[in-house]
Amino acid sequence: MSALESELALKKTQGKSILEVRNVKKYFPIAGGVLRRTIGQVKAVDDVSFSLPEGETIGLVGESGCGKSTLGRLIMRINDPTAGSILMGGQDITRVKGRQLRKLRHDFQMVFQDPYSSLNPRMSVGSLIAEPLIVNKRGTRSDVNNEVVRLLEIVGLTPEARLRFPHEFSGGQRQRIAIARALALRPKLIVADEAVSALDVSIQAQVLNLLADLRKEFGLSYVFISHNLAVVKHVSDRVAVMYLGRLVELAPKRQLYSSPLHPYTQALLSAAPEPKRHVNRERIVLVGDVPSPAKPPSGCAFHTRCPKVMDVCRSERPALKEYAPGQFTACHLYA
Amino acid sequence: MAEPLLKVRNLKTYFISKHSQVKAVDGVDFEVQPGKVLGIVGESGSGKSMTSLSLMRLVPGPQGRIVEGEVTFEGTDLLKLTERQMSDVRGNRMGMIFQEPMTALNPVLKVGEQIGEVLIRHRKLSKAEAKKQSIGLLRSVGFPRAEQIVDEYPHQLSGGMRQRAMIAMAMACQPKLLIADEPTTALDVTIQAQVLDLMKSLKNKNGTAIILITHDLGVIAEMADDVVVMYGGQVVESATADAVFDDPLHPYTKALMESIPVIDQDRDRLASIPGTVPSAANFPSGCRFAPRCTLAQESCHQKMPELRELKPGHYVRCDLV
Repeated sequence: MSALESELALKKTQGKSILEVRNVKKYFPIAGGVLRRTIGQVKAVDDVSFSLPEGETIGLVGESGCGKSTLGRLIMRINDPTAGSILMGGQDITRVKGRQLRKLRHDFQMVFQDPYSSLNPRMSVGSLIAEPLIVNKRGTRSDVNNEVVRLLEIVGLTPEARLRFPHEFSGGQRQRIAIARALALRPKLIVADEAVSALDVSIQAQVLNLLADLRKEFGLSYVFISHNLAVVKHVSDRVAVMYLGRLVELAPKRQLYSSPLHPYTQALLSAAPEPKRHVNRERIVLVGDVPSPAKPPSGCAFHTRCPKVMDVCRSERPALKEYAPGQFTACHLYA
Repeated sequence: MAEPLLKVRNLKTYFISKHSQVKAVDGVDFEVQPGKVLGIVGESGSGKSMTSLSLMRLVPGPQGRIVEGEVTFEGTDLLKLTERQMSDVRGNRMGMIFQEPMTALNPVLKVGEQIGEVLIRHRKLSKAEAKKQSIGLLRSVGFPRAEQIVDEYPHQLSGGMRQRAMIAMAMACQPKLLIADEPTTALDVTIQAQVLDLMKSLKNKNGTAIILITHDLGVIAEMADDVVVMYGGQVVESATADAVFDDPLHPYTKALMESIPVIDQDRDRLASIPGTVPSAANFPSGCRFAPRCTLAQESCHQKMPELRELKPGHYVRCDLV
């Protein structure tokens, strides 16, 4: 069974999916020479498929340059995919443009990493949160004002906050404002790109708890992008591991963390330092750096750093297949 | 216990302007034992970075000033040295590595020249000798192509490579003490593992003591022998790493441990600490953690608790435990 077929089979058993990503690719051209001709491509996202059932959270993990943020931006339609399609609630949104796209965007919203640059410093918090409501003509001025107050309360800020400006708030509070703004149009899906990475640990816990509450209250689905394995485990139902633009493993979180299949997932998990003493863990230290996505290695992109590399890995690219119930991996070791 | 390599007593670093006084570091005490790793952990604004800059006497002036305290390193008080004497210590007997290697390295100098500079300044080597030693140093931090790397510029290296080059530079004169301020925060997990391994092996080989400053309790658990927990410019708890992780006593340390998601455990809901980290410009009176502490009582808001030794070697700044 191909990855996509088994994904689809899985989906049938789990009910309606809010998001489907099918064979999505994003190649960025590299311009060079005097004439700035295209001399190469960065394969930021290379043939990624997964689906997200309603009310679920999928975690995307990987190191910098693995394409997780680009994938998030493709789902949001901030960037257009080079190939493949993205379905939101069964509707293909890959080619939708203009007014129609803006209307569809009510259903999917994004929370960014840095709440210092994602909020306009010259707008008051009230007008920041009201902006999406006004643009989309959601009610009269007093309706909008009431809604802003309600949203502020949902994210745990006082109604007085609407009169103040972003610089008057701490990082955690700003992230709450960004979340309130994302919630304004009552989306079904939120793409959170490193949403808690810039926050202090004590504040990070507050925001993670808030996201969990909102999910329960509004039946939200999340695509949660992060490099922090522990945070991803905490929030996700399923986790997808990316390496150089490709999915290397996709599994329910318990399976992925207790019995990872792909050597990269194993290395990643063993490298994450745990806040505990006396853990006797065999650490797999990978040699070298992540290769450049402009010149990905042949065959399996991980073969240059893989401790279990075989001859076939250098020439043939492994397909993502289901090797344990619900657990997909792209590795020749299990073929 | 042997004589500590570094003894910090009542260190106070303030930023003073006409209208305000920001107490970035407010009476910090700790010791570093020879060949051991001391982890300083705290959130942003806790004063951990300012503490490390104070030890190196690199506090940004003219507003920033060490107003009080003693920093005794190998028997001499660094705060009493002249600037000239201090620069003989810096990079020689005490090395430092910073969080962001791209901004800490000079972009217009070759890697080899930057490492060589330290050797020329402190060891009075010739340029050629310095370059030869730089190659050896780069090899010791794990560069297979060290001969080429010496002639490359920082921008040609990846983040992990830059951090290793910076470690090579800090280790050039085999310092007794290495201060590492968030050395792996900007790095990916697999690269972080490489750099931490390197720091461990250098410590074991050269007997260098390390002050490791980070907000990441995972890194601390893995590396540190002793731990200092900072909050609001003060030490709130200090003990051996085993004691801090197995038996944390200060409410802040406890809450911090419970607020981080852990891979080995399923936590339904994280125990979050309410409120925000206080700003150094207006600390609350009394215990600085009191406004966020679930156990706080009336007296906590009035009187600043002393750092007390509750168990042998285990110091806590809290009157309730």
